[in-house]
Amino acid sequence: MTAFDTSIERNAIEQHTAEPVNAASIRQPLYAPRRKIFPKRAEGTFRRFKWRVMLITLMIYYVTPWLRWDRGPHAPDQAVLVDMANRRFYFFFIEIWPQEFWLVAGLLVMAGFGLFLVTSAVGRAWCGYACPQTVWVDLFLVVERAIEGDRNARIKLDAGPYDARKLALRVSKHAIWLLIAVATGGAWIFYFADAPSLFVGLFTAQAAPIAYITIAVLTATTYVFGGLMREQVCTYVCPWPRIQAAMLDENSLTVTYNDWRGEPRSRHAKKVLAAGEAVGDCVDCNACVAVCPMGIDIRDGQQLECITCALCIDACDGVMDKLNRDRGLISYATLADYNQNMALATAGGTSAIDPKRIRGRDGRLLPGITNVRFTRIVRPRTMVYFAAWSLVGLALLYGLMTRDRLQVNVLHDRNPQYVLLSDGAIRNGYTVKLLNKIPEPRAVVISLEGLPDAAMSAVEINEPASRKLAVTLEPDRLRTLKIFVAQPAAAIASSIQSFRFVVEDLSSFEADSYTASFEAPQP
Amino acid sequence: MSEKEIDDVTGVATTGHEWDGIKELNNPLPRWWVWTFYATIVWAFAYTIAYPAWPLISSATGGMLGYSSRQDVRSALDAAEASKADYVAAVEAASVDDILTDDALRTFATAAGAAAYKVNCVQCHGSGATGSAGYPNLNDDSWLWGGKPEDIRLTIAHGIRFASDDMTRLSEMPPFADILSETEIGELAGHVASMSATPSTGAGADLYATNCAACHGDSGEGMVELGVPNLADAIWLYGASEEEIAAQIRAPRHGVMPAWQDRLGETTVKELAVYVHSLGGGQ
Repeated sequence: MTAFDTSIERNAIEQHTAEPVNAASIRQPLYAPRRKIFPKRAEGTFRRFKWRVMLITLMIYYVTPWLRWDRGPHAPDQAVLVDMANRRFYFFFIEIWPQEFWLVAGLLVMAGFGLFLVTSAVGRAWCGYACPQTVWVDLFLVVERAIEGDRNARIKLDAGPYDARKLALRVSKHAIWLLIAVATGGAWIFYFADAPSLFVGLFTAQAAPIAYITIAVLTATTYVFGGLMREQVCTYVCPWPRIQAAMLDENSLTVTYNDWRGEPRSRHAKKVLAAGEAVGDCVDCNACVAVCPMGIDIRDGQQLECITCALCIDACDGVMDKLNRDRGLISYATLADYNQNMALATAGGTSAIDPKRIRGRDGRLLPGITNVRFTRIVRPRTMVYFAAWSLVGLALLYGLMTRDRLQVNVLHDRNPQYVLLSDGAIRNGYTVKLLNKIPEPRAVVISLEGLPDAAMSAVEINEPASRKLAVTLEPDRLRTLKIFVAQPAAAIASSIQSFRFVVEDLSSFEADSYTASFEAPQP
Repeated sequence: MSEKEIDDVTGVATTGHEWDGIKELNNPLPRWWVWTFYATIVWAFAYTIAYPAWPLISSATGGMLGYSSRQDVRSALDAAEASKADYVAAVEAASVDDILTDDALRTFATAAGAAAYKVNCVQCHGSGATGSAGYPNLNDDSWLWGGKPEDIRLTIAHGIRFASDDMTRLSEMPPFADILSETEIGELAGHVASMSATPSTGAGADLYATNCAACHGDSGEGMVELGVPNLADAIWLYGASEEEIAAQIRAPRHGVMPAWQDRLGETTVKELAVYVHSLGGGQ
């Protein structure tokens, strides 16, 4: 007898009655109602990691709008604020105007490449750990377990009649879900207005209707997606499961059932062994199916529904520990490693899986078995994604560091293009827009560069015509001036003359210019 | 239909429809779809009761909510009026000069004036206010009746040679076809055409001094008080060529502009004056 013949009966491994929702053997008609899933609580490395990720992501979501960041008296002091009314976006030391939205577009491109990178390296890690759908479903499941109990209790409750206890449990569960949903929707709006004053306004019925509408809509979506639809959002609504097939290759880490050591599975290893047949590590306890929030059986292989949350790894590792076998019957593995191990177990595909080929006499796995190697992540494909991701990031950083905080834009009048004055001079009109993108007032000077005989005046500034105009700019605002430039007839050399409007800050010496044209009838 | 045909593969009845050997299965519609469909029917009936819907002989049912799109437009217009009431009151109280020195008020009046201009003035003065022969360009710095804010306001308010307004701008140049001979008119036109550059001397200049200088001034500077055009500048309302000038001497054309005060009200006239002044030629 080796240590290997430890069996399910002797080690009190709980046998779960769990059927995957998507098994080919029970493929359902298209219009069948949803099969309910009652995920069992899992314990282990990945579960602990997921708790931490959940804590951090929820913290980021709820705390961020309350962080303060001093920007002086002329700008809001909220660290992260999307100010729709004034069309400004604040992110700590960064302030973005609508025309700088390309920075946000760049971030989205980075998010795209980041998703490709992560998926090709470690599979759908985003889905399994960080996606809000996953995080909130996890949160809703915590509530469900706290109130209705773990898997078996919930199955029993669900099957039972609607008595007072069931009603009380269901009502309190949904009430808490709704509370979480309201808090979720409520936290969202704080990103769009001064959080403390909006908080007070919300409870004194002073907030804008859109605030209440947003909360209502997000409460509904959170409650429906997190509480009612759950895995159906991932399977039916989200496009990512369909895209993942294009992102994964033989070197991507995915949650894998290592059937090369698990099969042939048996619930009665002792008897089967006694009968002289081969037995794999899988005791068919269904723990992996019971904990799966998607309700699938990872032993059916990589599939669309799997969000790679790795809870089945935790469940299976727990069982393997009890049985005193090596962990990793279900593990993160690449297809390449898996194929190597499978070749070992089947002698290159010449026979059925034979556990003896991969185990020593002590029941431990042979050293020839390939385990998870994280160096697999570094390969040309991921390098290309990483390079693209970094390039976009560097370009954004460069753009952010070198962007102008004082800008001038000029529009030439279209009608009339030029005006003949009584002394024969020609005048052109321009709409000059001065953008002061810092939250401080500025004193600037606009001057003409070129057209040596020209002079300008502005409708808004009551000064005699000259080549320089002193202008004050409000903090963080755009100022529009109607500027007229006139040239004596003798100075008109051609029908279009190029010149520049130069704007310069008197104290910081920041400057910007705009090349405009002076139009005149053919001289 | 005769007998139900059951599809072998799916075990579902077919509809009996067949295209190129492909048969349509008679699957039930998805429940969410069916219920949404029923809901839309209920909604449609409720809608026709709540809102104007069913056509009658000469009108339609009014709907229980009393909705009317005309009322909507009216209240939207009222709301727009109400939202600018403060500014309108301020414009009403201020003089055109005051409006021009107040940034906020000037911005408002310019926008309001631009809107009124597009409705009432573009027909003659053009969308860019550039005018055309006989219709003054409002962008330039040449003003027949003065380019100060108050001058412009008066012109808009009471019009030019507009018979039914007592305060209208009034002046007329006599036709010289009967007073001067064709030759003289030619000589005179030649002199007038030269005035904006180097005035000529000789017969034309003498004719000018005798017949024209009383109103147009010794050097052709004109007279704003009477709307007498400046003949020494580069701007010619009826054309700069000698023929055009001669035609104007023979039988002058006189433009007429309506008085707008009674039609648009004092406030809008002020706003128009601010807008015209801001076009660049205002003094």
